[in-house]
Amino acid sequence: MPKVVISGNVGQRFTGGLAEFEVAATTFRRLVLELEQRFPGLGQQVEEGMAVAIDGEIYQDAYAAVLRPDSEIVLIPKIGGG
Amino acid sequence: MNYIVSDLKVVGTRPVRPDGVDKVTGRAVFAADTRGAGMLWGKILRSPHAHARIVSIDTSKAAALPGVKAVVTGADFPDIPSEEAFVGEGPMNFRDLSRNVMARGKVLYEGHALAAVAASTQAICDQALDLIDVQYEVLPFVIEVEAAMAPDAPVLHDDLFTSGVEPKATKASNIAKVVTFKKGDIEAGFKDAEVIVEGRYTTEPVHQAYIEPHACLATYAPDGQITIHASSQGHFMIRAYTAKLLGIDMANIRVNPAEIGGGFGGKTLIYLEPVAVALSKKTGRPVKIQMTREEVFRGSGPTSGATVEVKIGAKKDGTIVAAQQVLKFQAGAFPGSPINPGCMCGFAMYDLPNVDVVGYDVVSNRPKVAAYRAPGAPITSFAVESLMDDLARKLEMDPLVLRQKNAAKNGTKTHYGPTHVNIGFEQVLAAVESHPHWKTPVKPGQGRGLATGFWFNIGGESTAQVHVNEDGSITAATGSPDIGGSRASIGMMVAEVLGVPAERVRTVVADTASIGFTHVTGGSRVTFATGMAATQAAEKVVDELKKRAAMIWEIPVEAVDWHEGMAFPAGSNAGAFEPLDLAALALKAARTGGPINAEVALNAQGAGAGFGAHICDVSVDRETGQVTIERYTAVQDVGKAIHPSYVEGQIQGGAAQGIGWALNEEYIYNSKGQLENPGFLDYRCPVASDLPLIEAVLVEVPNPRHPFGARGVGEVPIVPPMAAVANAIRDAIGIRMPSLPMSPPKVRKALDLANGDD
Repeated sequence: MPKVVISGNVGQRFTGGLAEFEVAATTFRRLVLELEQRFPGLGQQVEEGMAVAIDGEIYQDAYAAVLRPDSEIVLIPKIGGG
Repeated sequence: MNYIVSDLKVVGTRPVRPDGVDKVTGRAVFAADTRGAGMLWGKILRSPHAHARIVSIDTSKAAALPGVKAVVTGADFPDIPSEEAFVGEGPMNFRDLSRNVMARGKVLYEGHALAAVAASTQAICDQALDLIDVQYEVLPFVIEVEAAMAPDAPVLHDDLFTSGVEPKATKASNIAKVVTFKKGDIEAGFKDAEVIVEGRYTTEPVHQAYIEPHACLATYAPDGQITIHASSQGHFMIRAYTAKLLGIDMANIRVNPAEIGGGFGGKTLIYLEPVAVALSKKTGRPVKIQMTREEVFRGSGPTSGATVEVKIGAKKDGTIVAAQQVLKFQAGAFPGSPINPGCMCGFAMYDLPNVDVVGYDVVSNRPKVAAYRAPGAPITSFAVESLMDDLARKLEMDPLVLRQKNAAKNGTKTHYGPTHVNIGFEQVLAAVESHPHWKTPVKPGQGRGLATGFWFNIGGESTAQVHVNEDGSITAATGSPDIGGSRASIGMMVAEVLGVPAERVRTVVADTASIGFTHVTGGSRVTFATGMAATQAAEKVVDELKKRAAMIWEIPVEAVDWHEGMAFPAGSNAGAFEPLDLAALALKAARTGGPINAEVALNAQGAGAGFGAHICDVSVDRETGQVTIERYTAVQDVGKAIHPSYVEGQIQGGAAQGIGWALNEEYIYNSKGQLENPGFLDYRCPVASDLPLIEAVLVEVPNPRHPFGARGVGEVPIVPPMAAVANAIRDAIGIRMPSLPMSPPKVRKALDLANGDD
């Protein structure tokens, strides 16, 4: 099953400090829904204010991104630039 | 599709820049050059106080002045509810954005806008501003970040409670949020270390210092249609935020992108447009507002100043086993400093097992910060890369070898979570090792410094169109304002796909009503993301051209090849036809199906991260404390340089700005919290005569997610310079300078202290 990793407190405040856990989702959209269901508020936080790195590649918006069974999904703050 | 580098004919060459003639002849139209029939001038009244309650504003005398057509204050703008958003290139609340554009209730920094007038001349505007009677209740203020964090500091916002802490904050504070990033076991890491170094560093806020001040012209028509000409890094951004702050449908606002005289992140926010629209609505006439240089400094955002503490533990062989950092970033008057990227970038160059980073986003009575090239990264890297130099000295190790030993590579897991993929940091360090600058001994009396840097780069939403004109020439249109040469790079990519010379393609920046949404020009995203859209649009056009040729030749489209700007039969079996070029196919367009064009809108993912390493040689005048940059080399992985001259220019410009940040630039406040150096005479940016030729070395590790392998290049080059300069000074005079800017008085003071003088 894909593994979700949260290294910062922005995401961990929704999980009670849990930094790694597995999910059943197979797409990013389903991941958001699953996160919201398991940790209320986290799905919305990811949706509105976070980016994800899926197997190392950072997605700012990734509804269509496919999650493989061995994928690692890291929740990180959204990134801008100058 | 991805293109084979060895086959490229246009990409990687150096055609003449398409905007060059207009710019050197003064014909380029910037926002301040625009005029409207019956145009009025607008000017803004700004607070003289760093922190004060607005007791009353009496505009009656100003409104009665002959020539004055309208006056607006905060009361003329809708009260925007609190809504967190990613504004421009960073986090900000729309309510805060609205109150930054026009103060309500309190002024929070000297220069905060609190009223505006429209009049027939600028002189009348100035007189009218003097006639606005504002009664203030002056409040205690706080400027510096650690003073703002103190328990007894004046609190800017009664409703601001620190987020990211447990238990939940119940008392208002200037600390907007606390963020943490952890990897491994930091305590075990330091226990395992054989050598530990630590340092405390400070940086000053610095302005993006674009040459062109903010300016706009707004026209509110009787039917409610609004037209804005503005200088910005994103005209869609201006449309969206103006609509949001005024409660207007976006469809009623059309924003025309003017040429832009520099942005560097500072033009990813709005300051003037809602005010100009409000004044135009009241007067029924076009209103132009343009900031003076002084207003740019007092009223628009610099990047954060900061305090950064770093501690690194290593084995005697140089292997780093623990790294810790505490960052305190000024956000200005409203929350939203680049604290997250600050926390994420400092250690991103290295493969580290145990990391602990804590960051604070802190408000104080300064202008709200805005994005500036690689927001947050230069600050954090100044601290980390200075300490890496100290670690190398303590280990008696070559600083390059120390970095090579710990360098991040493909598969390295960063401390903020993601695993690096398709990166070229090792190649960058190898290029440093083999470069003549690194191999040449340091000249007597000089010092040499090395520092590295990282930036994520981003993709995002872009729209591009490619049109085959009636004569077979090509127009490419995008929604990306051209700041760093994107008209050239996009035109070149389109030309490459179509098989024509770069000069055959004219690239334009289309207004908000003429092309689909496109995110701002920032984050080093345009050549990557908009370039990807333009490439795909050009590929669609080629597909269409092949269909048209197939129709003319009455053969299957699969039997048509496209290269060198022409359709060819694909082999002898396809038939013996003379090739059809763009002009021939354009001539037949009406008969073969109509205009030939394509549009692609996408949300680009897969922006490859960028790494750089800079080598700096300095000499230090021990009498005056002045530091002279004697030689400077900037090495960077650029993926594939579409137009190498522009890429080199980006690297040189970033390095020059970083050198200014290192040596001279700072905001100087007086005892009343007022800025004392709001001009280029006293806010000292480097000029050409201050610097040697900055040699840009392009390392090309292709990004497989871009059709030509491009990575963003505009932000990485501002990340290493401060530490590179500081490390060179350390090498030259034997003194670590932990506080920016390393200006002559500070260097001289450090030399005096080292000599035992007061």
